Amino acid sequence: MSVRLKKNAIGWLFVIASVVLICLFYFYPMLQALLLSFQSGPGANLHFAGLDNYKRLFMDPTFIAAVTNTFIYLIVQVPIMIVLALFIAVLLNDKTLKWKGFFRTAIFLPCVTSLVAYSVIFKYLFAEDGLVNIVLMKLSIIPEAIDWLTDPFWAKITIIIAITWRWTGYNMIFYLSALQHVDQSIYEAAKMDGASPFQQFFKITVPLLKPIILFTSITSTIGTLQIFDEIMNITKGGPGNATISISQYIYNLSFEYTPDFGYAATVSYVIVILIIILSIIQFKAAGDRNV
Amino acid sequence: MFKLKTILIYAFLSMAAFVSIFPFLWMIVSMTNKSVDVTKGRILPGGYLLQNIQSLFTTVDLVPAFINSAIIAIVTTVAALLIASLAGYGFEIYKSKGKDIVFNILLLSMMIPFAALMVPLYRMFGRITQTFPFIGIDTLAAVILPTVTTAFLIFFFRQNTKMFQKELIEAGRIDGLSELGIFFRIFVPSMKTTYAAAAIITFMSSWNNYLWPLVVLQSPEKKTIPLLISNLGAGYAPDYGVIMTAIVISTLPTAFVFFFMQKHFVAGMMGSIK
Repeated sequence: MSVRLKKNAIGWLFVIASVVLICLFYFYPMLQALLLSFQSGPGANLHFAGLDNYKRLFMDPTFIAAVTNTFIYLIVQVPIMIVLALFIAVLLNDKTLKWKGFFRTAIFLPCVTSLVAYSVIFKYLFAEDGLVNIVLMKLSIIPEAIDWLTDPFWAKITIIIAITWRWTGYNMIFYLSALQHVDQSIYEAAKMDGASPFQQFFKITVPLLKPIILFTSITSTIGTLQIFDEIMNITKGGPGNATISISQYIYNLSFEYTPDFGYAATVSYVIVILIIILSIIQFKAAGDRNV
Repeated sequence: MFKLKTILIYAFLSMAAFVSIFPFLWMIVSMTNKSVDVTKGRILPGGYLLQNIQSLFTTVDLVPAFINSAIIAIVTTVAALLIASLAGYGFEIYKSKGKDIVFNILLLSMMIPFAALMVPLYRMFGRITQTFPFIGIDTLAAVILPTVTTAFLIFFFRQNTKMFQKELIEAGRIDGLSELGIFFRIFVPSMKTTYAAAAIITFMSSWNNYLWPLVVLQSPEKKTIPLLISNLGAGYAPDYGVIMTAIVISTLPTAFVFFFMQKHFVAGMMGSIK
């Protein structure tokens, strides 16, 4: 064997374990899920059902609620969080700012909590007799307690507040690190040309950070489409199905109700397809704008 | 005008910092209060800490859950670092057309949400439970196996291998080291920061993992920390003081990692997008 061929073969030995494991625990299950999605029946008694599961999706109110809720979280929460994180990062990047380390650490702190732990804390804080209502009523901001967890509208708001609390600092760190590599003389030049802070933000900061903004919006989108821990621990999907997410519906179909693995697999393909479509859209949207 | 702007900036940042920290403060303060005081909205420290800790250890199986979580997180981290760094190194150092194609296919797995995998994985582990009970349903091994290898970590190691000085490999070959010897004796020791960052990311996500353990672990003595906290939180007559104590204790490992390795943590996050 030639040296080159031998090296090539050794290279395969280095990567073989990971290739086998990823095929076994990602690609093979996805293939299984595809086969499952054409079957139906309770528990292990599955039979071939053709496209029945796919037809069922369109007439299933819980599925429609799960998709709608997930999109509400996505469309409302991700932009708010990204704008907020960018705004904070720009403020923290100011050279003259004092206590920068304190602010940065404090705002990043929520990342240390597990999703379950912070969800339980938020459930208590936002309970009807919880601290948030107590404080808001004491300050006379609201006349009576808000049903944060049991009103269909407010329950969604609570979930959105919770996710924003947990992830804003995380995204902020990415922007802050990127901003530190931006040449300050660009801003000096812009100021000389009379650019307002708003113009500087939209004409300089945003375009320069575009790759990172794209990266964070894709990871946030994928994260939000899969949201489970918060829903499960704050509202359990309720009231009714007002906060249920796609992941939680898959979980319920498989492990809470009488197991319907075939239909659960069909629903899970919906998330896969959504993730692929949304990632492509985001890449396209970022690619077309002033490259 | 200038002053007003500065005041507004500080006010805004202070607000943001306060909102971020407040749940932590509340959690720590509530740990020292009686359950009824927590529900009354008491935000001052009380003298109930020792009682809370005592009833936590008598009523809740925190220690076994802690041990389970620790075993899972440590084994996952060690195995994940080994497998992913071997692969990242292999894909970069022994670059070939075939390997690049395989690498790109592996990256596609990052698009697959866990919710889509959980049903087929559960059935897969269900099928092998009879023949291999030690890695079947309701074992810690079943929690670990599917989460050990992530395309993200392979990608992360490959990106970082790009910064590794390739001359060192030639030097190692001249010294008569085997290819694997070069990896373990030269590459691993010179990439400590990369390994530290990867370890933090993997440990934190493993320690906090919830959905898959929820699906695959059934008996109470196998429960991990997130499952335990979730159960406590879902109880009908919660003892808030005790639950807060449990949450604080369960957050300690990740908080420790966060405070002492914050630099690596941020470097690790940034390393993923270089």
